[in-house]
Amino acid sequence: MRAVAGAACLLLLACRRPAPPPPGAFQAQLQERLIKAASGETIEIPAGRFEMTRTLTLTGKTGVTLRGAGMDRTILSFAGQASGAEGVKVEADAVTIEGLTIQDARGDALKVERSDGVTIRDVKAEWTRGPHRDNGAYGLYPVQCSDVLIEGSVSIGASDAGIYVGQSSRVVVRRSRAERNVAGFELENTRSAELHDNVAVGNTGGILVFDLPDLPVQGGRDIRVHRNTVRDNNEPNFAPSGNIVAKVPTGTGVMIMANDAVEVFDNTIEDHRTMNLAVVSYYVTEERIKDARYDPLPEAVYVHDNRFARGGYDPVGGAALQSKKVILALRLKLGTPFPDLLWDGVVRDGLTARDARICFRRNGAAAFANLDAAHDFRNVSRELSPHDCALDPVPAVALASAAVP
Amino acid sequence: MKRGAALAALALLGCGPRAVAPRVEAPYPERLSEWRLFAGRPAALLPNDRVVTYDVSVPLFSDHASKHRSVWMPEGTAAEYRDAGPFEFPVGTVFSKTFYYERGAEPGEVRSGVAGGRGGLEGTPETRLLVETRLLVLASSGWVALPYVWDEAQTEARLRVAGEERRYAWQGPAGERERFVYVVPSTDQCAGCHVRIEGRERRLRPLGPTARQLGGEYARWQRLGLLRGVPASMPTWSIPGRSPEAARARAYLDVQCAHCHAPDGPAASSGLSLRFEEPEGVGLGLCKRPVAAGRGSGGLDHDVVPGRPAASILFYRMASREPDVMMPELGRNLRDEEGLALVEAWIESLTGDCS
Repeated sequence: MRAVAGAACLLLLACRRPAPPPPGAFQAQLQERLIKAASGETIEIPAGRFEMTRTLTLTGKTGVTLRGAGMDRTILSFAGQASGAEGVKVEADAVTIEGLTIQDARGDALKVERSDGVTIRDVKAEWTRGPHRDNGAYGLYPVQCSDVLIEGSVSIGASDAGIYVGQSSRVVVRRSRAERNVAGFELENTRSAELHDNVAVGNTGGILVFDLPDLPVQGGRDIRVHRNTVRDNNEPNFAPSGNIVAKVPTGTGVMIMANDAVEVFDNTIEDHRTMNLAVVSYYVTEERIKDARYDPLPEAVYVHDNRFARGGYDPVGGAALQSKKVILALRLKLGTPFPDLLWDGVVRDGLTARDARICFRRNGAAAFANLDAAHDFRNVSRELSPHDCALDPVPAVALASAAVP
Repeated sequence: MKRGAALAALALLGCGPRAVAPRVEAPYPERLSEWRLFAGRPAALLPNDRVVTYDVSVPLFSDHASKHRSVWMPEGTAAEYRDAGPFEFPVGTVFSKTFYYERGAEPGEVRSGVAGGRGGLEGTPETRLLVETRLLVLASSGWVALPYVWDEAQTEARLRVAGEERRYAWQGPAGERERFVYVVPSTDQCAGCHVRIEGRERRLRPLGPTARQLGGEYARWQRLGLLRGVPASMPTWSIPGRSPEAARARAYLDVQCAHCHAPDGPAASSGLSLRFEEPEGVGLGLCKRPVAAGRGSGGLDHDVVPGRPAASILFYRMASREPDVMMPELGRNLRDEEGLALVEAWIESLTGDCS
């Protein structure tokens, strides 16, 4: 009897949790380690859930790794964040962030700026309440970086883009997953990038490749999008208006806007209520262009050998009124379903559809439409022959190995 | 002769005036007193020998905290005047900025000094609540930022590279009362503002004093031998063809925002520049679309809509208190009503149409 009581006692003791550390203590300690990190050092975070109250920063280092015990095992929760516009903010070269989950950041979950050599591996950015306009804008967000590798990572619930790379060069995003964000994956004003073997499901738009004006880095080009699964991206657009993604129609598979030299091949793109794939100029936003350096037209886009199914069956707009109007007007012209392959048909003065080098080949039974958007959809054409062409393949991206360990 | 000997003896004993103890490389002192910037009772903040206190013409808003500024340079050195940006300072320069409030009626309650930190140190050690003293030191490897946080007894401030948070209730002059979290920045966060981007390099730097910021202090700095190369005419906070109010608003925006929102600032990727020199155009945000504002856009379409503050993202974000919406991102938790009124009037004064 006594022995049993003793054992029960021991059990009770074993189950009693240690007193939680004072709030902020873990963060202060981790932050101090990051500030004092030497070049090449690895900072480990154990498994567990850690409440963060301010942005965690890693700045001005070279070759530092921030490593958790694995996605969903090490969780940095920013639900109680009192200051800072990001969860984790990095500006460091040859940097690796891996094996952790960043939850409920007030702004962007992981922002990496002006860094050369960035590896993000086995990282999840997540807003636990699901899609909501008040969620942070970006999940995984390298901007003005070079030699970026994102792999085995996840983003859920971002109110702009889940996995977004902007104003960067030499980028590979692979074997990652984006779900229930506004944009699943987005490449913006980026040169030489490859997006492959990813899954985009349940977002408003699956994959966006955009080149936008008024940004210091422009001229997005040389983009390869292949072997991705882009499915059922029909989440009603929940982006705050004023942002460009608020104009992305709900139910968009792949959208290429104003970007040059894009190759899209060997993807599965299906179940999108508005459109499976669209190639458009910046003019579809109906924004005035004040940037003289900016080229609003996409050129040399080659879409081939993809598998399309069930697109455009019930087209609707995005969060912005403008996009609702456009899709409504288009619906009246095109009827439903919308074809799988859409091009807005805008070309430079004096050029023909053929000159734009927007090429579609071997996409199964996918249908096509040139929307003649420059003339309010007056002369919609379903004639694919001006676009039955092939372009030189976009070269695969070679990341600088010195920059990415 | 006798007198000299006596002084030397005093210095040896440690009771005489001991000079500032500059450091130009790590490790940096854990305690603020080790720098010996101040003499006597720590909370009195009496400048030590050759430590010069000064004010700036347009201070950065920091949750209504008052600021006490000082600079020290090695004997025989001086700063070189520059028209644009901060002056060139000699290695070993130590800037200090102490953030403090007037104590309120109850613990945790704070009030602003009458002059808001302009016009010297206000109050007494008993009425003041010293929160933190930030040092900017020009070390041999470049500028270093060091945040020291004052203890409750106000006898010492300790280095906190990871920063700290304090919860206060601010009492305004009209009796208003607002709770807020005062954030002592980490050294990384210091660099978030105190940084200039040169290509791929980021260099820590002081934000001032600049020619405009030093305003009326030139003569004193020159007399004390702190500043060389001052030209006959210097830039001022005025804009030809614009009203003094508009210039004041632009000066305010420059000081609050342009350390990030400038072509060589950390927020360059936004394409928004709020430098005083920026012409009134899309670069200044007029009819400019936000880039990666997320919900910071507040559902609005342009950074600045001429004539319409309520439709301007700039104004919306300056008025917000939410961490991911508000601007500036750091160093502010409360609203600066006075500054907002300036910016509101400035936007109203602009003409143009974004449609």
